Amino acid sequence: MSPILDGLAQAARLLVSLDPDLLEIAGLSLRVSLTATALAAAIGLPLGGLLAISRFRARRATIAVLNALMGLPPVVVGLVVYVLLSRSGPLGVLGLLFTPTAMVIAQTIIVIPIVASIAHQALRDLWAEYHDLLLSLRASRGQRIATLLWDARRALLTASLAGFGRAIGEVGAIMIVGGNIDQATRALTTAIALETGKGNFALALALGFVLIALAIAVNLAVHTLSRTERDSRW
Amino acid sequence: MRRGGRRLLGPLTLRLAEAGLSVVMGPNGAGKTTLLRLLHGLERPQAGALHWPGGAHDALGRQAFVFQAPILLRRSVLANIAYPLRLAGASRAAARAAAAERAAEAGLGDHLDRPAQALSGGEKQKLALARALIRAPEVLLLDEPCASLDNAATRDIEAMLRRIRAAGTRIVMSTHDLGQARRLADDVIFLHAGRLIEAAPGAAFFAAPRTPEAAAHLRGDLLP
Repeated sequence: MSPILDGLAQAARLLVSLDPDLLEIAGLSLRVSLTATALAAAIGLPLGGLLAISRFRARRATIAVLNALMGLPPVVVGLVVYVLLSRSGPLGVLGLLFTPTAMVIAQTIIVIPIVASIAHQALRDLWAEYHDLLLSLRASRGQRIATLLWDARRALLTASLAGFGRAIGEVGAIMIVGGNIDQATRALTTAIALETGKGNFALALALGFVLIALAIAVNLAVHTLSRTERDSRW
Repeated sequence: MRRGGRRLLGPLTLRLAEAGLSVVMGPNGAGKTTLLRLLHGLERPQAGALHWPGGAHDALGRQAFVFQAPILLRRSVLANIAYPLRLAGASRAAARAAAAERAAEAGLGDHLDRPAQALSGGEKQKLALARALIRAPEVLLLDEPCASLDNAATRDIEAMLRRIRAAGTRIVMSTHDLGQARRLADDVIFLHAGRLIEAAPGAAFFAAPRTPEAAAHLRGDLLP
């Protein structure tokens, strides 16, 4: 119990004093995960929409694979991205290894299946409802997807927040492609892994509480900005 | 037309006049909905063809359909009515202005910003009708539009339909309500078990139906 209380106390101290190291690490976590989520949403939401309205023979298999990719082990994604970005790899010339950009790339790959799968299910249900109407009004395919995306925006927001949650709590991929380098690629999760390995449990717990608080803060901010739970009919 | 091995409609040969209001009548399962959906291009026949003056693609673009259970977008009343104009490329402001006018005609002027899902059944159907009319269709198809509405809403919808007919729009609607059919029909298309039993001008059909099935239906008997 005592290390946990110590951890809480230390977390409070770090936050109140606006510890510069903490701010840097937390800032990097936010930057990387928010960017990755935004990119994954930009790709995954329309992809979910396209999948919802398209009819083709391999549809069921495609959706099954997409759902399965939600369980892709982050550390394996990190490993593959590492190999691609390493100096002897095909994309080595870009020199992206051990940079925050590489971390964003890895997390985007991890988050896309989550966003696309949840979005697809929500949009499929809405498409079943709108199908006859949009057919009757001769909406083009792009117009159908746009209409579905807009009308289902609350469910899509939840899908994106699920993706964000995965990204901000992820440690395996960014550890491998980022390298946990001090002042450069050290995020909250990799710092926790490091401090735990060194035996600094109080500090590790402190960082953990900060991470949780950050995730809650981001979610609260998103809900407040999009004014959910305002009307009586949500 | 067949689905799952069952013949839903046909063989059937029908010629629609160019003006007026046709009522498609018949017992449940007669194929009324199927006929309307075929006319609108929502279903495709396994055999046979539809001929429209000017070609099918053109004609289908100038039709509008009102479903039995109104399909409303999860948006405000105004946004719902404006939606077909937005699809056609109109600006948001222009579409909303036109929609506001149509809404007022349908008696929904006070509800423009309410979510469409919050309306009553009659109001929803009036919304669907207003939305169907916003692109000034040449042909308006309605599938039992007043099926679940109370008398007041039914009166309002029928009044709107009379106005539209007077303005020159061709209307084809199905109904269960014999009284409504008598009130509105210029001509009647009577279906039973997927076949066309009788097609006749309204007055003649109700006064003296030529077929025993039609006579039985008008009496209120259940057909086999």
